[in-house]
Amino acid sequence: MWRGSARVLQKNIRRNLVSRAVKGGLTALLLKTGQPFQYNVLLTGAAYSTKIQPKLTAESYPSILRNPNYKQLAADDVSFFKNVVGETGVLEASGSEDLALFNEDWMRKYKGQSKLVLRPKTTQQVAKILRYCNEKKLAVVPQGGNTGLVGGSVPVFDEIVLSLTQLNKVRSFDEVSGILKCDAGVILENADNFLADHGYIFPLDLGAKGSCHVGGVVATNAGGLRLLRYGSLHGTVLGLEVVLPNGEVLNTMNALRKDNTGYDLKQLFIGSEGTIGVITGVSILTPPRPKAFNVSFLGVESYEAVQEVFVQAKQELSEILSAFEFMDSKSQELTKLHLKDVAEPLTEKYPFYILIETSGSNKEHDDAKLEAFLEKTMESGLVLDGVVAQDETELRNLWQWREMIPESSQAGGGVYKYDVSLPLKDLYSLVEAANDKLSEKGLMDPEDATKPVISAVGYGHVGDGNLHLNVAVREYSKDVEKALEPFVYEFVSSKNGSISAEHGLGFQKKNYIGYSKSDQEIKMMKNLKDNYDPHHILNPYKFL
Amino acid sequence: MSKSLRILVPVKRVIDYAIKPRINKAGTGVEKTGVKFSMNPFDDIAVEEAVRLREKHKNLVESVHAVSIGPAKAQDILRTALAKGADTCTLIDAKEAELEPLAVAKVLKRVVEAQNANLVILGKQSIDDDCNNTGQMLAGLLNWPQATNAAKIELDAARGRVQVTREVDGGEEIVSAALPMVVTTDLRLNTPRYATLPNLMKAKKKPMEKLTLADFGDVDTQARLQTLKVEEPATRSAGVKVGSVDELVEKLKAAKAI
Repeated sequence: MWRGSARVLQKNIRRNLVSRAVKGGLTALLLKTGQPFQYNVLLTGAAYSTKIQPKLTAESYPSILRNPNYKQLAADDVSFFKNVVGETGVLEASGSEDLALFNEDWMRKYKGQSKLVLRPKTTQQVAKILRYCNEKKLAVVPQGGNTGLVGGSVPVFDEIVLSLTQLNKVRSFDEVSGILKCDAGVILENADNFLADHGYIFPLDLGAKGSCHVGGVVATNAGGLRLLRYGSLHGTVLGLEVVLPNGEVLNTMNALRKDNTGYDLKQLFIGSEGTIGVITGVSILTPPRPKAFNVSFLGVESYEAVQEVFVQAKQELSEILSAFEFMDSKSQELTKLHLKDVAEPLTEKYPFYILIETSGSNKEHDDAKLEAFLEKTMESGLVLDGVVAQDETELRNLWQWREMIPESSQAGGGVYKYDVSLPLKDLYSLVEAANDKLSEKGLMDPEDATKPVISAVGYGHVGDGNLHLNVAVREYSKDVEKALEPFVYEFVSSKNGSISAEHGLGFQKKNYIGYSKSDQEIKMMKNLKDNYDPHHILNPYKFL
Repeated sequence: MSKSLRILVPVKRVIDYAIKPRINKAGTGVEKTGVKFSMNPFDDIAVEEAVRLREKHKNLVESVHAVSIGPAKAQDILRTALAKGADTCTLIDAKEAELEPLAVAKVLKRVVEAQNANLVILGKQSIDDDCNNTGQMLAGLLNWPQATNAAKIELDAARGRVQVTREVDGGEEIVSAALPMVVTTDLRLNTPRYATLPNLMKAKKKPMEKLTLADFGDVDTQARLQTLKVEEPATRSAGVKVGSVDELVEKLKAAKAI
C-alpha cells in the first residue's frame, strides 16, 4: 500500500489522491482515511460564507413590525411540543445557545429571534404541530437545509422553526419507472447518491446539494444546473405529501405521470416557499444516469459570442448538451482569489467564459460530437481558447470555476444576489447597468477598502435565460441596497423579465412581486393564502 | 550539454481515480466494463514535468516521447499526453494482458533503447495496483541511477546532472546524479495543466507509433503472480451515540480501548 498516505493526507489534499489510493487499494486503509474528500464540502453544513455577524432582521428593517395577533411562546406550548416530538426533537434557546444555525441564513444577511426549533420525525408529528400552532396562532417557519438565498427559510421575529432535518428517509424507489419517493428532509446529494447506486440521477443539481433538502428545493422550485436537460420541478415532481396549516394532510404521493382528473393540486406547493403548507414527502420521476460526461471551458470575446456559441451548441450537440453556463471575467477574478489550489482553466484572460457539459450514454459518440463542435467554433474564431477535461478530476475542477462563484462573491464580506430571468439578448445588459449605477454613485472599487462594493459580477444559465447578478460587498449597507433596489427590479420589469428566476421571493423580494406579477395574479395568490392559512401562521412577513 | 535531452514518459491507463472501483461478480478482479478510465495521475504529473523541463530549457530538451503499454484504448491517454505537450508517442498494444512491473520494465527498457532516451520520468506508482516497482526495476535493468518520489527536479546543464528533491519522513532529501537516469514523480511535483483546444487539435496530427507485445516477442512478459481472490474490505460498522462522558468511558473500557 501507499506508504506516504497519512503524510499526504495531512499536507495535501490538492488532488484528493489519498481517497483514490484508498479506493484503488481496496484494503483496510479505508478505516484510516474514511470518506473521500469532496469538493462541495465547502458548501455544506454550517460553514457560513462570511464571518461578519449579521444584525437582527428586526433592527435592519425597523419598519417591519411583529404581528401582534401571533401568540407569544409560553412554557405550556413547549411542553406540548415535547409531548409530540420528544425531548430530543425540541431545541430551545438558552444562555449560550441562540439557535444561530436556524435563525441565520446562509449569507448571514438576516437573523431571526426564534427561541424554539422543532424537529419532527414523522408526517403525523408535523400535522400535530401545525394543528396546535394554528389553534394557538403561533407563527411557524418551515426550514429545510437553510440554504435559501432570499431569506425565506429563517424567522424574522420569534416564529417557531419547523426543521425537517429528521424527516430524512427514502421511502421507495421503482427501478423500472425511475420514480423515487422520499421524505422532504432527505439531503439532495444523499438522494442523488442513492439514485446513482441504481443507475438513475436526480433531475436537479445545484451548488448547495450537500446541505439542501429535497423538500426545500421543491418548496422553492429551485432550478439549478440540470434544468436545461431535465426541465423544471413542475414537470418532474409527480406527487407530494403536504401538511396544511390546519393539520390536514394532502397526499398525492401515488400520482401517475398522466392524470387529468381535476386540478393538479401539487403544483400549488411547488414554489410556494412554505406559505400555504409544509411539504413532508416528495414523489419524483428520475431519469437514467448518463454514463459519459464531458466538460469544456471556453473563452470568448463578447456576450454576443456567448449567444452564438449557445445557438451552435444546441444545433451540434443537441440531445447530449446538459449544461451551458456563462461567466463574466470579473466573476472569475473573484473566484480566483478564493480557489487558490485549483488550476486555472485558461492562461489568458477573456471577457466571457463558457462552461459546456455534455452527458450521454456513449462516450465515443459524445467525444466525437463535442470535438467536431469545438473544432468548428474554434476555427471560425468564435471561441478564442478553451480546454477539455481529460479525467474526472479535471472535470470537477472545471465545474468549480462556475460553482464556487457564489461562495467567492461573498468571501469579501457579503453579497447582494439578484437572480433574474431575462430575454437572452438582454441578459447581460443588467450587469452592465448595475456596474454603471454603482460606479456613478461612487460606491464601488475593487481595491479601495472604504467603498462598500468590491465588484458586480454576472454569470448564469444561458440555456434557461437565467442571470445571476452578484454584487460582492465588504459589508451590507443601506446605500448599496438603495442603489440597487428597486433599480434592478425596474430594469428587469422594463425588459419583461422575472425578478426571481429560481431563488424565490422570500424576505428579500417580498415587496417586489408586483414587478413580475399582475394585480390579478397577486389577488388570487392572496385568496389561496387566506383560504388555506386563514391565521397566516406559515412563514409570515415573507412574500404574501 | 548541447540539445541532447531525450525524455521518455511512460504512462498507464487506469480506472479514473474519482471513480469508486467495484469488484467483479467472479471475485477475480475489479469491474472494468462501463467504467471511466484516465491517465494514472502520477503519470500525468510526469508528463507535465517533462513539458515544463522543455519550456524551461528550450535548448536542452530535444524530445518528449510518451509510451503506454495496455489495451488499444490506451491511445486516448496518449492523445492526452500529446495534447499536454509530448511530441510523439508509442502505443504498445497488450490486448487484455495485464503486465506485472517487471515485464513492464523489461519492455520499457527496449523502448528506452529504441528511442535513445536518456531521461525517463514516470509516476512513482500506478493507482490501480499500487506496486511502486516499475521505475526502480527499469533503473536496475538499465543500470542507471534512479531518484524516486521526486518533489522537485532541477537540471544542472553545465555538469549534465539532475538534482531531485524527495520528500521523506522528517524532511527533504536532495539527491543528484549524472544522466542518463530514471526519475519517479510524487504528488507535489507540479499541478498538471488542462489540455487546451488548439493543443488537442494539434495532438491529432502528432505521430503515434503502434506496436504490439509481439514486437517484443523475446521479452518474457508472463505473469509470475497468481491472483487467488479479490475482496472488498469489511464494511465499517455504524457508530453509536453516547449520552454522557461516563457512558463513553464505560464503553471504551468494555471495548478494552482504555
